[in-house]
Amino acid sequence: MTISIDPQKTNNENLQPKGWLRYFSFSLDHKVIGIQYLVCGFLFYLIGGTLASAIRIELASPMSDFMPRDVYNQVLTLHGTIMIFLWIVPVVNGAFGNYLIPFYVGARDMAFPRLNAVAFWLIPPSGLMLVASYFVEGAAQAGWTAYPPLSITTPQSGQIIWILSVLLLGGSSIFGGINFIATIIKLRRPGLKLMQLPMYCWAMLGTSLLVVLSTPVLAGTLILLSFDIIAKTGFFNPVLGGNVVVYQHLFWFYSHPAVYIMVLPAFGLVSEILPVHARKPLFGYTTMVFSIMGIVVLGLVVWAHHMFTSGTPPWMRLFFTIATAFIAVPTGIKFFNWVATLWGGKISINSAMLFSCGFIINFVFGGITGVALAQVPFDIHVHDTYFVVAHFHYIVYGGTVFIIFSSIYHWFPKVTGKMLNDKLGILHFIITFIGFNLCFAPQHWLGLNGMPRRVAEYDPQFQFVNQISSLGALLMAISTIPFLINVFLSVRNGKDAGDNPWNALTPEWLTSSPPPVENWEGEAPLVEEPYGYGKEISEQK
Amino acid sequence: MTTLDSSKEIQKNNSEVNETHEDFRMFGLITFLIADGMTFAGFFAAYLTYKAVNPLPDGAIYELELPIPTLNTILLLVSSATFHKAGKALLKDKNSDSQKWLLFTAFLGIIFLICQLFEYFHLPFGLTDNLFASTFYALTGFHGLHVTLGTLMILIIAWQSRINGGRLTSQNIFPLEAVELYWHFVDGIWVILFIILYLL
Repeated sequence: MTISIDPQKTNNENLQPKGWLRYFSFSLDHKVIGIQYLVCGFLFYLIGGTLASAIRIELASPMSDFMPRDVYNQVLTLHGTIMIFLWIVPVVNGAFGNYLIPFYVGARDMAFPRLNAVAFWLIPPSGLMLVASYFVEGAAQAGWTAYPPLSITTPQSGQIIWILSVLLLGGSSIFGGINFIATIIKLRRPGLKLMQLPMYCWAMLGTSLLVVLSTPVLAGTLILLSFDIIAKTGFFNPVLGGNVVVYQHLFWFYSHPAVYIMVLPAFGLVSEILPVHARKPLFGYTTMVFSIMGIVVLGLVVWAHHMFTSGTPPWMRLFFTIATAFIAVPTGIKFFNWVATLWGGKISINSAMLFSCGFIINFVFGGITGVALAQVPFDIHVHDTYFVVAHFHYIVYGGTVFIIFSSIYHWFPKVTGKMLNDKLGILHFIITFIGFNLCFAPQHWLGLNGMPRRVAEYDPQFQFVNQISSLGALLMAISTIPFLINVFLSVRNGKDAGDNPWNALTPEWLTSSPPPVENWEGEAPLVEEPYGYGKEISEQK
Repeated sequence: MTTLDSSKEIQKNNSEVNETHEDFRMFGLITFLIADGMTFAGFFAAYLTYKAVNPLPDGAIYELELPIPTLNTILLLVSSATFHKAGKALLKDKNSDSQKWLLFTAFLGIIFLICQLFEYFHLPFGLTDNLFASTFYALTGFHGLHVTLGTLMILIIAWQSRINGGRLTSQNIFPLEAVELYWHFVDGIWVILFIILYLL
C-alpha cells in the first residue's frame, strides 16, 4: 500500500496522494504521521485486547481448559508486548507528540520530517512480525520481559522474531525521541520561552530524554540475548557460567524508565485537557516542570525495585526502596496540582473531562500500590502475584489508556473538524470505568492471597473473584463498541466543530480545523500564556 | 533537506513570509551518538559486572596480547587527526587535498579492521569458550561494526568530495562534519574499550 514519493517532487501537489490515501503514503506532514501512529496503534490495541479477553476467558475457570498451558504463555507474552510496544508507547508518544508538539512550539513541522516518517514506517512491519511470531513453530512464551533462562530454554524461533521486532520498535522509538528533543529545544518560534511552553512539551522532552538514554541499553541487552539463543554463548546462561541477574539489571534499566515513557506523556496530556474544560489556569506550572524533570532523573535510578527477590544485596534494596519512595514526591505534586486546577473551576462534564477525572482516580490508586510495592518486605510477599498485575494495569490502563481516550475526545474536533457525540462518549466512559475497576481491583485481593501471575491454572478458592475480574474484562471489551460507532458516525456526519469548540488558548486551536498543511496560513501565533483562562474572561468584561 | 522542502512550501502558501531556521542536523546527530553511547555503556556495565561477580572456570584463558590492540589504538587516534586535516582542507576549498586525507583516513580504518581480524584468528579462545571470551567478542565486534560503517561512510564522502560533480564543498561541509564527529565518537569508545578490556 505504501506509495513512495520522490523527495524532489513532494512539493508538486498533483503527486501528493489526496484524502485518506495520504495516510498510506510516506507523508512528511507531522499531522498525517500523528494520525498514522494513532490508527496503527489502535488496530494493535484491538489485537492486544482480543488476546487479553482470551486470557480472562481462560482464567474464568481454575483449570486450563480454554487453551493449553504453553499457548496461554504465548498469548500473555504477545498481549504484553503488543500493548506496550505497539499501542501505549507509539500512541502516547508518537501519535499525540507528532500531532501537537509542532503546534506547541510554533513550528510548521517536526525538526526532521523524513526521520519522523521512517520512525513511523518501522512500526507496521515490526508489528506484523511480532504477530507473525505467534504462528511459527515455537512462539515466544517468556513474557514481555523475556527473562533468561526461560527465554533461552523455551522453543526459539518465535523468541528470535520477537527480539528482532522489539529491536526495530526500539529503533523507531529512539528516532522519535531524537526528533522530539530537537523540535522542542531547537525549533521553537522566536520569542517563545521554554517556560511558556504548554506542559505536554515538557512531558515529551522528559520522555524523549528517557527514550534516548535507556532504550539503547535494551537494544544491547536483546542483542546479547540473541547471541545466547543463536550462537549458544553464555551471557545469561548459568550453565555456561553466565549471570541471569545481569539481564534483569540491563532489562529494567530500560523497562523501568519505560513505565515513565508510557505515563509521562499522559501527565502532559491531562495537564492540557483539565485547564480547558475547567476554565482555569494550570495550577503550579513551575512545580509541574520541575516534578517532570525530577521524575526523569529519579526514574533512571530505581530499576532494581523490580528485582527485590533476585538475590539483591541489602544495600541495593535499601537504596532502591528509598529512591522509589522519593518518586512519590514529584508524582504527588502533580496529582495535587491537577486537583487544584479543578478546584473551584467551571467544570464542563463531557467525555474528555470524565476520562481525565477517571485517570486521576485510577492513577492515584495505582500510585499508592506503587509506593507499597517499593517496600521490600511487602514486595517480597506479593512479588510475581496478581497484585503486581493489578498495580501495573492501574497505571498503564487506568492511567495512560484513559488519557488516550480523553485526548481523542478532546482533539478529535481539531483533527477532523467534526465533534464526537458526547452521549456515546459518556456511555463509553461509564462502561470503561466500571469494567476497568471491576476487572483489576479484585486482582489486588487475589495477589495478596497469593495467586501467582503468568500461570494458566490456579487454586479453585480464587474462582469467584477471578470470574468477577473476567466480567470486568468483558465490560471493557464491550466499551470499545460505542467508541468505534461514535468515531465512524462522527467522521461521516458529525456536528461541525468550528476552529475552537472548547474556547481553548493553546496554539493548535488558533488555526482552522482540520489545520492546513503547514499549520498556519500566516506566521505562527506567539502564545505566551497557554493557560491564561481567568484573565481571558476578566479582559472580555 | 528539511529546510529546502518546507521553505518552498511556505513561499507558495504565503509569499511575504520567508522563514528559515538554523541547521540543527548536528544537534540531532549528537543526540543519536549519546543514544549509541548508551548501548556501549550497557555492554561495559555488563562486562564489568561479570568481571566482578562471575569467576571464570579453572584453566580459562583470558590473558590478551597487547601489541596489536596498542597498534590499533594508535591507528585510530592518528585517523582522527587525519580526518580533522581533511575538514580543514575542505574549508580552504582544497578539495583534492581533502579527498587525499579522507582516503588516508579510510585506509587507516581498513588497517584497523584487518588487525582486528588478525587478532581474532590468533586468539586462543573462541566465541563460546567462556564468559570472558563471549563478552570480548561481543564488545570488540560491536565496535568493529561501528568502524566498518564509519569506513564505508568515509569512502562515500571521499567520493562526494571529488572535484568534478562532488556534492561536498566548503559551503556544504555538513556530511563531512557529521562523519567526522561519528568517527571521533567511535575512536573515543575504542579508547574506553581498550582501557577496560585490555588494560584493566
